[in-house]
Amino acid sequence: MTREQKTRERWKFVESRETWKKLYEEQIDSNKEIFNRSGIPINPLYTPEDWEEQQYTERLGFPGQFPMTRGIYPSMHRGRTWSQRQLIGLGTPDDYNRRLKQLLNAGASAVSLIPCNSGFRGLDCDEVDSRLLGTCGTITNTIGDMEDCFRNVDIARLSTAMNDPSPFTLLAFLIGVANRRNIPLKNISGTSNQSDYISHFVANHMFFRLSLSGSRRMLLDHIEYCQKNLPYWNPISIVGQHMQQAGATPAEAMAFTLSTAIQYADDCIERGMEPDTFLPRFSFFFDISISIFEEVAKFRSGRRLWAQITRERFNAKDPRSWRFRFHGQTSGVDLTRQQPLNNIARVTAQAIAGIFGGLQSMHTDSYDEVISTPSEEASKIAVATQNILKEEARLCDVIDPLAGSYYVESLTDQMEDKICRTMKHIEDAGGMYKAVESGLVQTMIGESAKAFQEKVDNGEQKIIGVNCFQENQQMEANCSIDRPEPDLIDTHVAKFKRFKKERDQAKVNSALSSLQEAANSETKNVFEKVVDAAHADATHGEIIAVLRQELGFGEPLIVA
Amino acid sequence: MSMKENTFDYPPKVLVTKIGLDGHDRGSRIVAAYLRDAGMEVVYTSPWQKIEAVVRLALEEDVDVIGISSLATDHLIIPQLMGRLRHSGLEHIKVVVGGIIPAAEQANLIESGVSHVFHPGVSRELIVETFLKLTHESRNANENRP
Repeated sequence: MTREQKTRERWKFVESRETWKKLYEEQIDSNKEIFNRSGIPINPLYTPEDWEEQQYTERLGFPGQFPMTRGIYPSMHRGRTWSQRQLIGLGTPDDYNRRLKQLLNAGASAVSLIPCNSGFRGLDCDEVDSRLLGTCGTITNTIGDMEDCFRNVDIARLSTAMNDPSPFTLLAFLIGVANRRNIPLKNISGTSNQSDYISHFVANHMFFRLSLSGSRRMLLDHIEYCQKNLPYWNPISIVGQHMQQAGATPAEAMAFTLSTAIQYADDCIERGMEPDTFLPRFSFFFDISISIFEEVAKFRSGRRLWAQITRERFNAKDPRSWRFRFHGQTSGVDLTRQQPLNNIARVTAQAIAGIFGGLQSMHTDSYDEVISTPSEEASKIAVATQNILKEEARLCDVIDPLAGSYYVESLTDQMEDKICRTMKHIEDAGGMYKAVESGLVQTMIGESAKAFQEKVDNGEQKIIGVNCFQENQQMEANCSIDRPEPDLIDTHVAKFKRFKKERDQAKVNSALSSLQEAANSETKNVFEKVVDAAHADATHGEIIAVLRQELGFGEPLIVA
Repeated sequence: MSMKENTFDYPPKVLVTKIGLDGHDRGSRIVAAYLRDAGMEVVYTSPWQKIEAVVRLALEEDVDVIGISSLATDHLIIPQLMGRLRHSGLEHIKVVVGGIIPAAEQANLIESGVSHVFHPGVSRELIVETFLKLTHESRNANENRP
């Protein structure tokens, strides 16, 4: 283009823009400003003035290449689509085994294990009201329980994600099963979900079992142990999901997650680990809200930022260290109890955002999650939603298909700015560990949660069936609820008590005292002793009791 | 209904808490803030309270209403809480439950003495209004005790 052509083009652009502006303002009833959930103003139209392609290679590049904006692998979803990882866990280990086999027969290879809420509190099944056992997860208190969970299932062929907060007893039990079956640990793959103690301290108090400093020590021991023994295990999954579910905006959730990842990387480096040895096994876990474009921009900017942070701040040379691998879960907060079948539409929209955001693994919520723990029928629809988007709507044909959209690129840049500002705030407060210890992050999340709720209350944020388009209450689906069979729970508890009576108590005592000793020494690896204690038939509750005594009890800081 | 239309000698006093094993507390914190902003005196606790602890706190703090938040099946032990309240002579204290409560299990809660169950999506006004109304009922019941 000659200089003259350029001038003419520019003139035409400005002229048409002004004409459009005039007509737009005439036509629009109210020219009220619109903001997304992260507080970024949203224009009615985006043009090359909002995003220029000049910096394509530097800012976007190609999939699998720095700065990874367009995806972390060269083939992305065109090659391998995401893992469909639905959460499962209810009742006794036998119940889990039955459900697991159904999923495996249906073709699943990535599975999850959600333990019972009593486990999250650090208690064994004989320590709580039996009515609450197995209602939200599977009872897994011993190696024997874990063996029953995976009976006749080849654990070497699965990728298992376990909700397993510090001190990681479930992984210890799984290692025990592998040893009993003579399966080499290098064949075990999966993820320690809920290993991110900072997110628990801040936003998901139910997973917080040990003190903040105790959890910090445990996590590093666990990462070190896995590095040596389980090369295909992801010892850490950094979780933005809890914070967003607790009320953080999408930009805040991304900022807090990246700040947490920086904290863990700094801690590993201080332990003497080389960035390229642990960064490739870092993975992330996010909430996907229904704000489609905002979520896509959140994931694209987060991916770009992580590549920059790992390469520039941590000097990572291995491109695997730059990869922002993440699991996404559609947000339960967006679902409504009113007209619950509408939730299928909401989950579909959320899943689209996750797919276009370039995720590696996904859980889609069941429409009945606002009513009860998901029923089997509803979880089947949730999985089918993913398959429909993939096979029928063909969302995977093109890699990062929203790239180049003036809106999406401009929003990606603006989200990045917003994220960086929040990260700076955290950094100024001394990093994530200090910022949660002081309650700063908790206060920020609490304020955002309240601000969002106010928008719902005053009708600014419309929710169909809740504050508009309401229908009468009878429209609520009377969904079925699956509750564990009380007799089976009682039999399981009796079996557990018998096991405790019949095991070699001297062996248990000696393993628990070496665990105690390790926790008090500065150099011993505590997780290694957790594994040993599990082998010696110590139970989940006993292991946690010792560590709570030695490393401090987990009392989350609750900021009202 | 606003506070002005209600005549109370002293502000309503409410306890917002969670019993059982779950720790999801976004709901209980938001509701506590709503009630506080509406002028009530709010006693707030962290999750995982034992039933005995809730009864003791309600007695010591002399509350009018107890709000229990349950997101993950902890509502299954609420009938026991109701029993303990009665046993301790605190049947005048009204109990409200909010959270994920399947319709099929709601009747059981009401039968055990729970005054009201809130489901997701309920408005701030209705929450405040209900707590005010129940405060009245609770104080009347307390005065008319034999």
